[in-house]
Amino acid sequence: MSETLYAIAVDVNGTRRTARVPARLSLVDWLREELRLTGTHVGCEHGICGACSVMLDGEPVRSCLMYAVQADGHRVTTVEGLAHSDGSLSVLQDSFCQAHGLQCGYCTPGMLIAAQSLLDTTPRPTDEQIREAIGGNLCRCTGYQQIVDAVQHAAARLAAKT
Amino acid sequence: MGNFTLNSITHHSSPSRSAFIGVHRRLRLLFELAFNVKADKSPGGFRYIGKKRRTKEDPRFVMGRGRFVADVALPGMKHVALVASPYPSARIVSIKTEAALRMPGVRYVLTGEEFCAATDSLAIGVDAPKVTRYALARDVVRYAGEWVAAVVADTRAIAEDAAELVEVDYAPTPHVNDPELAVKADNPLVHPAHGSNILFHRRFVWGPVEQAFAKAEHKLSLRAVWGRSSTVPIETFGVAAQWDPGLQILDIWASIQMPKFPDQTARALRLPGNAVRVHYDVDVGGSYGGKRGIKHTVLAGYLARRLGTPVRLIEDRLENMRGGDAHGPDRIFDMQVAFDRDGTIRALRIRALDDVGAYAGRAPLQLGKPVSAICGPYRVTAVEYEPTSVMTNKTPQEAVRGFGQSPTNFALERTMDHVARHLGMDRIELRRKNLLRKDEFPYRIPSGSTYDSGDYHTVLDKALKAADYPALVVERDKARRAGLLAGIGISTCLEPSGGNSAFEPLFNPKNDTTTWMDSCLVRVDLSGAITGVMGTSSAGQGHETLVSTVIGEILERDPADIRVVRADSLSALPSNSPVGSRMAIMLGGAAAGAARKIKEALIEIAAHNLGCTAESVEYQEGNVAVRGHPQKHMAWDELIAIAHRKYHRMPPGLEPGLQAKFVWEVPTGGALPTADGVIQIYPCYAFETHIVYVEIDPATAKPELRKYVCGHDCGVMINPDIVHGMTYGGIAHGIGAALYEKFAYTDDGQLASGTFMDYLIPSALEIPAITIVDHCTPSPLTTFGQKGSGEAGYLGAPAAVAGAINDALAPLGAGIETLPMAQDDLWHVIQGARSARD
Repeated sequence: MSETLYAIAVDVNGTRRTARVPARLSLVDWLREELRLTGTHVGCEHGICGACSVMLDGEPVRSCLMYAVQADGHRVTTVEGLAHSDGSLSVLQDSFCQAHGLQCGYCTPGMLIAAQSLLDTTPRPTDEQIREAIGGNLCRCTGYQQIVDAVQHAAARLAAKT
Repeated sequence: MGNFTLNSITHHSSPSRSAFIGVHRRLRLLFELAFNVKADKSPGGFRYIGKKRRTKEDPRFVMGRGRFVADVALPGMKHVALVASPYPSARIVSIKTEAALRMPGVRYVLTGEEFCAATDSLAIGVDAPKVTRYALARDVVRYAGEWVAAVVADTRAIAEDAAELVEVDYAPTPHVNDPELAVKADNPLVHPAHGSNILFHRRFVWGPVEQAFAKAEHKLSLRAVWGRSSTVPIETFGVAAQWDPGLQILDIWASIQMPKFPDQTARALRLPGNAVRVHYDVDVGGSYGGKRGIKHTVLAGYLARRLGTPVRLIEDRLENMRGGDAHGPDRIFDMQVAFDRDGTIRALRIRALDDVGAYAGRAPLQLGKPVSAICGPYRVTAVEYEPTSVMTNKTPQEAVRGFGQSPTNFALERTMDHVARHLGMDRIELRRKNLLRKDEFPYRIPSGSTYDSGDYHTVLDKALKAADYPALVVERDKARRAGLLAGIGISTCLEPSGGNSAFEPLFNPKNDTTTWMDSCLVRVDLSGAITGVMGTSSAGQGHETLVSTVIGEILERDPADIRVVRADSLSALPSNSPVGSRMAIMLGGAAAGAARKIKEALIEIAAHNLGCTAESVEYQEGNVAVRGHPQKHMAWDELIAIAHRKYHRMPPGLEPGLQAKFVWEVPTGGALPTADGVIQIYPCYAFETHIVYVEIDPATAKPELRKYVCGHDCGVMINPDIVHGMTYGGIAHGIGAALYEKFAYTDDGQLASGTFMDYLIPSALEIPAITIVDHCTPSPLTTFGQKGSGEAGYLGAPAAVAGAINDALAPLGAGIETLPMAQDDLWHVIQGARSARD
């Protein structure tokens, strides 16, 4: 099929990635199918569930509602980019393990992106602020309780560090 | 339900049920004799079980390294998109595929004509052979969204584009949406060959129901309606299939949670069972009962073989909600209860009309499982139960968490609240009066199940204390005085667990299934490392943690060092998959059984080499010493080396290598129902009590849950974080079913809520902070005293929320008995009550 292709250059998890993509290719499909960064998940493809959340220049966005071409020139962080450079888990990731803030793991990458974005701007959030921040991410397993606990756990650990 | 005609089967229970008496005691004794497990029973006496421990599974998921079906990339893989019927009922006049096939990148367009001729109909849970079901419609469509054609292309995008070019000419025919109309004559038949829309109907009478109703001081009746919602996991169903012509094997990767899945796939594809290999090392992104993509799998398997290329079919959200065949129970309960003025419940009559949609897999059996706990946690000696399963032109029903128990619990609890109101009695006192007492267990209910153990009153008291119930009442009354509608809801419910399939023969005399085993294999390799092998996929239940914890407990080795892997269906031991709240009991029991065999082998090797009997040595943390002579001992590494390399030091008759399997039958299973429908269904009964406080804004009718406490007793918890997590999640799922989630249909048969804009899954903003209060009454039937917990929360939350909403509406003289009690519904009830008053 002869679709017009557009050149893009995107900083993905600290690495510059270039590609020629059709206009209609969603950001999540580019990340998953072409870069094989399969940590970002597809849940509803209409912007409600938040499973596809990634950070665009540090802000959480829905990668199912964005085209890959729109990410041209921007910085994208996926769940694969949350760990420390030596591969060890970030405080937030480790706190999700400590509090068992997940079950099936499908919404987890999006939850981590939403929660990390919160902690980046609000280091000591209240439970209400956490619920607000993850309010656009649906989880069917946890009832959110242990996710809230995990984020609080991470916030306390990060505060103790500084 | 009106006076519809059908072949009703009425049986009265006979007094002779001695076959069931003491059945679990015998089994317990057998198990204890075989494995000497008594020492394991003390809830506090465990090394790893019940401790706060991290799970095995979480790290890979937080790294984004789970392996879900959409992450499976096969070389040369093609993608499937589907053409769906826009009509709820129509004849297919013609299908034109030429335009789609002309599109570059399109490989094939499959229609029902070819597919249905080449494959067999999918299995059905009841005896209705004319209700055939295939992945693609042939000649007629029976619901809006039914798949009519499958397009295979190089990418999913191309496949979707091409699907729009498939021209289907339909001749619409009359449809029926309303289950109460569907059971009556002179309405459209969904499957004319079946002769009726009724798939199953039977009237069970257990105990002296008529006499009890005649003698009771009070009677009342009510209708309670459970709306059509479902599990709706965030990951849709998906399957990848690859045919290997050299091996003649069909490889399947699927996000599946389904008993007998490989067998049913092979049968529908007319392949021998050993030609289908299901890979269970696929992480399933949530299921809660619903991921039964058998039709998807047969379709993908057929295409992979037909085209000689791997294919992948991943539902998009609309396909999942509409054509994915995974709606939940849609049930009208007509309840009658006979009771005395002191609140003693004498008898129940339960009529349940369940709308399974246009086709049936196991869905009708969701009326059967609740027979396991048909009278809830209450002492009711006479019960009549009349389930009717009816077909309509809607999306088919599939299993949902609890397999029909949560709707039944909701109807029972609504009945209890109505009895309390009728008598002017406190709802908690009424429950206390009728709840079985701790000293009454094991307790056999009229339908034949024996409840294993429980301490319902203590759990209720603990929950009331945690909720500070008197203060909650004060808060509610204060809110009412301030002009809000405020209410407290209470439910006391059971979670039958350890799932077997005893309802299959109960609902289908041609089905004589009496076992639903599960199994585990444990091996210790030459390096001394331990691996547990299980034969099913998981959807977040933490089975790797379960298996490693149990093996570690038995062998006294750190579970963190124990690996758990999943064999594929050709290498695996028998499993009936993680349904029916069964894996803590069944997989846990199997893992324990296999680990004990390893332990026994190590003891035998040590005794042989130490020159003494097995009885005179003791095992500790993998090392074995002569009792009373700790210096005479053999270490783990030495014992492992003998087992793997030194046959000359092996005791005679013992297999070399260190590997053991254990297949466990469901405790208390193994019997067929009596002619009058008496049968022990599940073995273990967990208990939960929910206390919820709601405030409703009188102007907007928006409900807000302001306090939530759940008292929970599932016996010994293997991993408390996992049990609590599933309970929180079950409560959230139950709140969704009670207040938000509905597969609504328009009068012209269209699904009106096929997206997350319309089908409302509660977010962190709707779900309140939840307090869980644990209690532990061990089961006498299981290895460590554990009971199931995978359905916890969901089995009591809808009942409690419905109670709270009705308590809030009571001062208006209003009520609502239909789920979901959506904001719009509440608004109408409130407005109606006000205008009636004005």
